[in-house]
Amino acid sequence: MSAARWFMLLHLCSVLFLVACSQPVTQQKPAGAKDSKPAYGDAIVEGTIGEASTLIPILASDSASHAVAGQIYNGLVKYDKNLNIVGDLAESYDISADGLTIVFHLRHGVKWHDGAPFTSRDVLYTYRVVIDPKTPTAYAEDFKQVKSISALGAYTVKVTYATPFAPALASWGMNILPAHLLEGQDITKSPLTRKPVGTGPYRFKEWIAGQKIVLESNHDYFEGRPWIDRYIYRIIPDTSTMYMEMKAGGVDLMSLTPVQYARQTTTERFTSRFNKYRYPSSGYLYMGYNLRHPLFTDQRVRQALTAAIDKDELIHGVLFGMGQKAHGPIVPGRWAYNPNVKDIAYDPKVASRLLAEAGWKEKNSDGILVRDGKPFRFTILTNQGNQQRLLTAQIVQQRLRFVGIDVKIRIVEWATFLKEFIDKGNFEVVLLAWNISQDPDMYDIWHSSKTNPGELNFIGYKNSEVDRLLVEGRSTFDIEKRKRAYFRIQEILAIDQPYTFLYVPDALPVVSARIRGVEPAPAGIGHNQIKWYVPKDEQVY
Amino acid sequence: MTTYLAKRIIMLIPLMIGISLISFSVIHLAPGEPVEMQVAMNPKVSKESRERLRKLYGLDKPLHEQYFSWVGKLARFDLGRSFSSDSRPVVEKIKERLPVTLSLNIIALLLEFGLAIPIGIMAATHRDSWLDKGLTIFVFIGFAVPTFWLALLLMYFFGVKLNWLPISGLHTLGSESYGTLHYLWDMAKHLVMPIMVASFGSLAGLSRYMRSSMLNVIGQDYITTARAKGLSERVVIYKHALRNALLPLITLLGFSIPGLIGGSVIFESIYSIPGMGQLFYQSVMSRDYPVVMGILVIGAFLTLIGNLIADVCYAVADPRIRHG
Repeated sequence: MSAARWFMLLHLCSVLFLVACSQPVTQQKPAGAKDSKPAYGDAIVEGTIGEASTLIPILASDSASHAVAGQIYNGLVKYDKNLNIVGDLAESYDISADGLTIVFHLRHGVKWHDGAPFTSRDVLYTYRVVIDPKTPTAYAEDFKQVKSISALGAYTVKVTYATPFAPALASWGMNILPAHLLEGQDITKSPLTRKPVGTGPYRFKEWIAGQKIVLESNHDYFEGRPWIDRYIYRIIPDTSTMYMEMKAGGVDLMSLTPVQYARQTTTERFTSRFNKYRYPSSGYLYMGYNLRHPLFTDQRVRQALTAAIDKDELIHGVLFGMGQKAHGPIVPGRWAYNPNVKDIAYDPKVASRLLAEAGWKEKNSDGILVRDGKPFRFTILTNQGNQQRLLTAQIVQQRLRFVGIDVKIRIVEWATFLKEFIDKGNFEVVLLAWNISQDPDMYDIWHSSKTNPGELNFIGYKNSEVDRLLVEGRSTFDIEKRKRAYFRIQEILAIDQPYTFLYVPDALPVVSARIRGVEPAPAGIGHNQIKWYVPKDEQVY
Repeated sequence: MTTYLAKRIIMLIPLMIGISLISFSVIHLAPGEPVEMQVAMNPKVSKESRERLRKLYGLDKPLHEQYFSWVGKLARFDLGRSFSSDSRPVVEKIKERLPVTLSLNIIALLLEFGLAIPIGIMAATHRDSWLDKGLTIFVFIGFAVPTFWLALLLMYFFGVKLNWLPISGLHTLGSESYGTLHYLWDMAKHLVMPIMVASFGSLAGLSRYMRSSMLNVIGQDYITTARAKGLSERVVIYKHALRNALLPLITLLGFSIPGLIGGSVIFESIYSIPGMGQLFYQSVMSRDYPVVMGILVIGAFLTLIGNLIADVCYAVADPRIRHG
């Protein structure tokens, strides 16, 4: 579980763990049916397995920090509930016809939590500190594409790019920091890392290390005062404990595991007190083949491996049905998702045929395929501490054994996994997951220039057409053009099978029935949090 | 006695240097680096920014240089700043977690000894009786049951079903507004289960030590003499035998002192107790060298002090050692 937190590929703006992609959002029947009037007051307690590390979000690389910071800060833009980019601290923005210039018109009258006014100075400061080589941040890359930036008065910011860069707009969802408190200081040692000051719906109240972070509603929030007065993050590292805390009333909001969702929370007693939600999460699990390894250079072999694996069985066995099959690197429901891509269906006979075509015809006395006297044998490598991946690997192992492939599983601790295996290309097959951002740009994962040690195309995928399409897709703001590029990429990957895309697990949040106004949408349930409320007679805190 | 003590104290210095050197090399030998952990698998991080981060933390320098700069700071009682993204001073991070772990462990330790000694005595004086067997089974159940399993069962029973005890954490939300007594009562309720679970597991070892040591003493000639004098069984056991039988437990107590600042990861995670165990585990996993080294150095120091205290206690309790 903990290792999953590191799989962060999030843009700063898609911070809530509740953020998901579109497509069927299901909800159990709403509990507490009699709806009362919204009222101010009460608190919401969210359980979190990890503690935030710092509340200056550009310094943080963990999702726990970003979740808290997301309540305290705003970006210039954000994703709305249907995953469209809309203004946040920027009231509106204009993109020039050539896609090189973005002008942001900032909101007037926004105040920092300490009362100082928010102006273009804060935007310029945030930009400068992110690209400052002395700032230890993981988010400088998007902003290095900026050619120039300037303030046209206190409420207008003009950004110019050297080439059109599609993810640019979304990158301005980065949380804007208060210049008047940070300018001229060493940001890593600023008191704001523990006591942040933002513009967001909730202001920071206290942080008791290892126990909780308490936020209070910002009565002057520019979108209106949130109904719920306090937002409390309780740090509970163990998911079973968190589950029991929730049943005992100590936690109002948490993510369920598939088994909890499917088996342990179906009683009348539970469903009358809690509302469960379910929608596809924004990540997928995959098996990545080391394409520099002679076993996997043949496309037919990779296709055969995919045909030999029953994805439905994985979803059923590992996720208790709480997920869907993955066909490619884009999660179903996003605008860039190509629904017409033909996936390789589960069919062991096809797998055997493809393997035979690739020269794997004979079997030895153990029933293992042999070519030139060598048995078909490899190791699936995955990281320690993730039960879902281990179970997946075991089921895959079983399935591949049926077609005559001998698979071993090796579990390695995360730091070692990265340093000794991924970075050095020292693996045969890895079982990993990508959390993907809302923007479909995936240059870093598939472009052939990103195959050096430490880069993300660690499987060594090289396809000149994909290279061209990746560049095309990120260098225009025209959605139709981008769509064409990404649709084609998905078609190519479906044939090439550099990964076997396994499944997209569902996000399974559960919220106390006392809290009303929760509205599931393509973006998850977190998008309208300031409108959540607890009727007066049901308030407990 | 003074020379003995002085000698022992001087010996601590080379030991500490050796320990720090070994820990430092071992933690750097483990594959992976703090920078790696922070930025790996993130497409938004370029190679240059990685290198920049490494430089920032001084990881680009040769290992011995890193060691000397660390020792230099340590000599000024500076444990440095954490490599994790909060960049806080190591001392601060340890300070906010130490009191919880320390008080919890001290209470648990007192409870363990407080229970194990009478159990051991009873088992020894009623050797091979039903009482002895019953107690043995009881303590071995504690030894054998996995902590996390027992903890979850207790949580479900007392927390969810009966609703008598809080499930996890140290305080109820909003306990800040309670009066002092109410506040302490609230905290005490939170501590019942963790302490129970923590002590139960260690009863077996301690009580078996006590039992065998007691049996050993009861077989001695001077106990026979005491009985022959016509002393009551009570006086024989609690006055003559017990004192001698407690000696080995002093050693065990000495060994327990360094354990006081260490916490168990599993146990702390289950009860959401923000203690040293979690801190250490997380810093090892993220290769946060300064924090790891800080905890190791403090731990090593306490271990050595613990041993010293045990030896001194021994010398006080046993004239043969003092004069030997």
